[in-house]
Amino acid sequence: MNPLDRYESLVDDVDAFRAACDRSLPSVVRANGVAASPDRVREAFDESGVAYEPVDWHDGLFRLPDGNPGGNWPYVHGWTHGQEEVSVLPTLALDPRPGERVWDACAAPGSKTTQIADAMDDEGTVVANDNNLGRLSALRHNAERLGITNTIVTNQDARNFSTKPLAFDEFDRALVDAPCSCEGTCRKNPDVLDQWTLDHVHAVAGIQKGVLARAVQATRPGGTVVYSTCTFAPEENEAVLDHVLANEDCGLVAFDLPLDTDPGVTEWEGETYDESVTRAKRIYPHRNDTGGFFCAKLRVGGEGDGSDGEGVAA
Amino acid sequence: MSDDAAAAGEAASDAPTNDGQQFDRLPETPADREVQGRASRAEVLDWWAERFGIGEGVFEEYGFWEKGAGKIWVFNGEATDPSEVEAVGMTFLRTRQEHWKPTGRAVSRFGAHATKNVIELDPEQASRFAAGDDQDIPEWDGDWGYLIATHEVAGESVPIGVGLYLYDELRSVVPKGSRADLPVVE
Ligand SMILES: C[S@@+](CC[C@H](N)C(=O)[O-])C[C@H]1O[C@@H](n2cnc3c(N)ncnc32)[C@H](O)[C@@H]1O
Repeated sequence: MNPLDRYESLVDDVDAFRAACDRSLPSVVRANGVAASPDRVREAFDESGVAYEPVDWHDGLFRLPDGNPGGNWPYVHGWTHGQEEVSVLPTLALDPRPGERVWDACAAPGSKTTQIADAMDDEGTVVANDNNLGRLSALRHNAERLGITNTIVTNQDARNFSTKPLAFDEFDRALVDAPCSCEGTCRKNPDVLDQWTLDHVHAVAGIQKGVLARAVQATRPGGTVVYSTCTFAPEENEAVLDHVLANEDCGLVAFDLPLDTDPGVTEWEGETYDESVTRAKRIYPHRNDTGGFFCAKLRVGGEGDGSDGEGVAA
Repeated sequence: MSDDAAAAGEAASDAPTNDGQQFDRLPETPADREVQGRASRAEVLDWWAERFGIGEGVFEEYGFWEKGAGKIWVFNGEATDPSEVEAVGMTFLRTRQEHWKPTGRAVSRFGAHATKNVIELDPEQASRFAAGDDQDIPEWDGDWGYLIATHEVAGESVPIGVGLYLYDELRSVVPKGSRADLPVVE
């Protein structure tokens, strides 16, 4: 069975959704502000004849219609990093600031870690964790290539992450970019649809709940936790939020993203979820011609008014 | 082995040694040194200033850490000392050998501040350097040893990596995994 069939009841325009999922995605790179501004990257592309197109909702993203994102000088200098468009969204929602303490719980291979460090001007401390040592070596390679110096790398199961090896025991912000069933990446890697099973959805949902709960516990009261996946499955998205809302001291906040999104769903296959999960955002491929994605923002110490007190400038 | 030597050996094993499993902060000065052979922060700062003219102000906010014999890391954040983690910042400098060697990544990150031992490559030389090829550059009349290789990108000089200059030849020491086959940009 094609898992995308399951989601037809959730989308407004089934034909557009299915058609978008069938189209492949262009290579995209993100300018790494630690090494060069988007303007410098543009100049270097111009000088060396690399074709690129802007992404209208993000100044630092470039689509490379000819592919080969690693075959040019800006890449060699660590000015760019290959990263799918929707993959920049969690860091925008997280909105980390220079000098803060930030936990990236499921960090490898480091696309978001390095974007977080960049947003912090490489100041403060990012703790990039993953339970997979092989993937961590890719993260280290990426972080070094991009010249990131504010990051500690740890190899733990995020569900029972210990802050003992760290100089502090609470974070200002945490990102849970969870392992998931990844249908949202089908435009890059159609195999994910063949490998999909409902058993895996249920197994990975258990991990997601454990990691998100730990992230809430490890973040200071008033701090921010962002949860993201690249799946459309409500079992791995709204159900995970619903579980953590019921068991940990936190609440979902409204926030802005610079592209068209749909609200989280409160009902799925006979289950109902807390009304506030509508504050989470679903990104369907046909809305902005991107991959699929899910992103939610939580405030730790749940008594907020449901608005994002920080006023995210996206 | 004489008794004296055995006693000396014991004394040596009581002294703190470098532990390859953890990151230790470098001592401030040689006088603060407890682990034999470990570089001090002052020596590292002097080395960058002397070799490349990079002033210590550039590194003011950064800490220097050793893990594994001689491998120095640069880190701009908070960490415990020692730290038992996989990485603390990025690799920076290889010490405990006669000629200290900066990493290519350190040079890429901080090399723009260098004022000496910088060799500017033309577009063709730059591509060969990035591919990991050695090349004859007899016209260089500066020091031998580790140099910062740069080239011009859109009007500004940008460090590419570390080269070793010996006998009229510039050897690219770009690690295999980072070598790139790039078009020549005139
Ligand atoms: C979606 S990927 C993360 C992508 C990454 N954030 C990026 O932007 O490059 C999910 C990661 O979670 C890791 N993971 C899975 N289970 C985990 C656990 N229990 N604890 C920590 N990491 C885990 C996987 O190894 C994988 O690297």
